[in-house]
Amino acid sequence: MARTITYQQAINEALAQEMERDPTVVLFGEDVSGGMGSPGEEDAWGGVLGVTKGLYPRFPDRVLDTPISESAYIGAAAGAAAAGLRPVAELMFVDFLGVCFDQIFNQAAKFRYMFGGNARTPIVIRTMWGAGIRAASQHSQALHPIFTHIPGLKVVAPSTPYDAKGLLIQAIRDDDPVIFLEHKVLYGTEGEVPEEQYTIPFGEANFVREGDDVTIVALGRMALVAQQAAAELDGEGISCEIIDPRTTSPLDLDSILESVASTGHLIVVDEANPRCGFAADIVAQVAQAAFGDLKAAPRMVTPPHSPVPFSPVLEDAYVPSPDQIAAAVREVSGAARARPA
Amino acid sequence: MSAVETPASSELTRDELLDAYRVMRTIREFEERVHLEFATGEIPGFVHLYAGEEAIAAGVCLLLRDDDYVASTHRGHGHAIAKGCDVKGMMAEIYGKKTGLCHGKGGSMHIADLSRGMLGANGIVGGGPPLACGVGLNARVRQSDQVAVSFTGDGGSNQGTFLESLNLAAAWHLPVVFVIENNGYAESTSPNFHQAGVDLIKRGEGCGLPGISVDGFDFFAVREVASEAIARARAGGGATLIECKASRYFGHFEGDQQTYRAPGEVEELRRTRDCLLAFAGRVTSAGAIDPGELEAIDEQTRALIDEAVAEAKAAPEPDPSDVGTDVYVSY
Repeated sequence: MARTITYQQAINEALAQEMERDPTVVLFGEDVSGGMGSPGEEDAWGGVLGVTKGLYPRFPDRVLDTPISESAYIGAAAGAAAAGLRPVAELMFVDFLGVCFDQIFNQAAKFRYMFGGNARTPIVIRTMWGAGIRAASQHSQALHPIFTHIPGLKVVAPSTPYDAKGLLIQAIRDDDPVIFLEHKVLYGTEGEVPEEQYTIPFGEANFVREGDDVTIVALGRMALVAQQAAAELDGEGISCEIIDPRTTSPLDLDSILESVASTGHLIVVDEANPRCGFAADIVAQVAQAAFGDLKAAPRMVTPPHSPVPFSPVLEDAYVPSPDQIAAAVREVSGAARARPA
Repeated sequence: MSAVETPASSELTRDELLDAYRVMRTIREFEERVHLEFATGEIPGFVHLYAGEEAIAAGVCLLLRDDDYVASTHRGHGHAIAKGCDVKGMMAEIYGKKTGLCHGKGGSMHIADLSRGMLGANGIVGGGPPLACGVGLNARVRQSDQVAVSFTGDGGSNQGTFLESLNLAAAWHLPVVFVIENNGYAESTSPNFHQAGVDLIKRGEGCGLPGISVDGFDFFAVREVASEAIARARAGGGATLIECKASRYFGHFEGDQQTYRAPGEVEELRRTRDCLLAFAGRVTSAGAIDPGELEAIDEQTRALIDEAVAEAKAAPEPDPSDVGTDVYVSY
């Protein structure tokens, strides 16, 4: 049996192993060392939540704190990659995309295309996403639909420690720009993770749970919330299949279609806002490709079209819950029963 | 003062002088011709011409190696030529042709050739300085002596990316030379307004970087300050900010009616502030170069640009089926 470590430890281990393996991997961001130039430099933070702790003493020439200047250092990641490094830049919270988006979507994402295929931009932007820690509207968002919309970017959102390590190693070795979304609520979750290095290919969904009646597509933290709902529904005799796409770009649509062909029902659970979102995209693609397989209208379970609120009562109401998912499943499967065969 | 009396020019060999003249003349000829051809409607999109500022591109880029990098601007043709990009490939790119440097996917605003260290013209004002910091980081991590040059206009020097990059380069001690090409107009807006009379060099000083302002029409002056800044960067001495005071002979973009400029302003500039005339005057009066040698370069350059335009016009269009290629290395 493999050893059990946390999601956070899995990320740290992937970074350490890849930096050990490849001297062109560099890690920088706000506080990734967390103490450069300070008296306690040797025992520095290692990121605001300690995810990169211990890497600076081990790789002092390749782990750098940055000024709080996201545009400059995310752009520097793009320039460094074009010149041959494999930078892993940490954008502390995905919400800070708002101050550096140009360097991601007008620069890094487009180099290869604009330069007629004559560029590689192997950057990884690691960033913390999601609601759940009462961090309010500017530190809690789910912005994967925005990244997924941009041609040239790959978008990864692991839901388990095993996936976190394998997908991060893949991201670092990948030759395209990758947005690597680490869900802050999952950092402490535990799972079996091999000590050796391994990669998980992008665009290969994980069948988290097999089932017969309803297909649930869920990403990141929502993959766990969907499992809670599925366990509850088991008791009612409703069998749910859960698919975690793991990457939203590229997307493993085939696995979703395969599941829908067997269940006839689709629920997409997503932590992002609903309009022009990831859930809407999955529903549209399934409707276009496999309308005949659907026995009822697909359903999206998402937060409302609102920013993430602060108050615990409001935030808990914002994030999709097992109860909301279960209600949606009952509704579509009930609708199916009401529909003439 | 004759060419041989200036410290920088006295270090230049005859070949270097001829090379500098050829590069400046090529840029001038290229831009004057694109101006004419654009007016025929045959060139798609929009172009921003560099004519008038040739001494800056040549003064800086001819000091660089192929493995040094330049992050350019929307007004990037001059930097690309001076950094060694293929002139015919550039012209074909501006015409949107398959044979262009970027196979028609980039156009004037995205001309790039990483094999020549040309990190791209850039359609986003202020887009380049952070990229140059990344190149500098690459040199630092690899412990190479490569240098990155970031070109920015006076307009771009107001972007947060520029100011952030000055500070990042200082904090990380990067081998970057920031060059502001202050051509007197941020599109149409004067620095008298948008920088309220601020001395741009102080922006570097505010981040702890040495800075110097220089006449951007004077190749020798630009070369001298760039030489010092590049040498400092190569030797591990960190970044420098250079302001080149210049002007452009054309509008912000082709088609710009330039109603914001004074009547006769451009004509006066062409008469009194022409880096090519100044260069030719200095090197010939000093006896370093024979006027006939410069005339020969003029002719060769005209022929090159004629060929570049003819070949670009005759070149095949991109294949429409390639619209979705080159997005990813793998997907």
